Amino acid sequence: MAQEVRTVEQRTPQTAETGQRSAPRPMFLPPADIYETRDNIVVLAEMPGVALDGVDITLERRVLTIRGRSAASDHGGYQRVYNEYSDGDYERVFTLSENIDREHIEATLKDGVLHLVLPKAETAKPRKIELKSG
Amino acid sequence: MALSEFPRLGFDPFVELRRMQSEMNRLFSGLTPASRDFPPINIWLGDNSVVVTGELPGVTRDDVTISLQEDVLTLEGARHPKQEQDANWQRRERAYGTFSRAVQLPFRVDPDKVQARFNNGILEIELERLEADRPKKIEIRAA
Repeated sequence: MAQEVRTVEQRTPQTAETGQRSAPRPMFLPPADIYETRDNIVVLAEMPGVALDGVDITLERRVLTIRGRSAASDHGGYQRVYNEYSDGDYERVFTLSENIDREHIEATLKDGVLHLVLPKAETAKPRKIELKSG
Repeated sequence: MALSEFPRLGFDPFVELRRMQSEMNRLFSGLTPASRDFPPINIWLGDNSVVVTGELPGVTRDDVTISLQEDVLTLEGARHPKQEQDANWQRRERAYGTFSRAVQLPFRVDPDKVQARFNNGILEIELERLEADRPKKIEIRAA
């Protein structure tokens, strides 16, 4: 199972005094699909506009944090006249219930979707128990 | 008039309840993902061109068809779920299925000068204003 940890609600926009950014960007929760196979936990998260260098994934114990920063979509000489979505940061935190083999995590970014394959550690895999005739 | 039903009270005891109800209706309207138009778009206007961008995460070039008729741009396509054997789903938040969206452009565009590209799930379509449709400066002759 993957339990979600809510972080965004408590977040207050950062001002120039407190830190890194002067203009706070909106923070989005990327919609995610999570499924489990026998060997892996697979996470697919939608982060349109995020380039490869804008992704940051961390796994601390069982807490998986996904962060993405979309590139600014300014068009030089063009003026925005209609707006349904905006640039911003994506962040989502999950607590995984299985131990993960941290050495073999695969992460790819394709068409704005992050694919994360987290192989289960050997101890977490289902094991067949042989019965010995006594 | 609700007040007249409670003449002796002098106030309407249900006013707060009704306010809460309308507040709830407001909160829950448009909450389902299906009610949102897909893809969400932005429109950028230049001197003689217009750029339409849309968020289409997970959609490939082959999944989307862009068509143009007069000044209406149409985006059609489908989002396909990933087929996985023996998958035990824990979360399914991404939407799948067909979509279609028509966008009215601010002017008529030249269908031969349309450029479209995909970049990290963002579709960008650049369209140029039709030569005949551009504003023309009219000289005033001296009398």
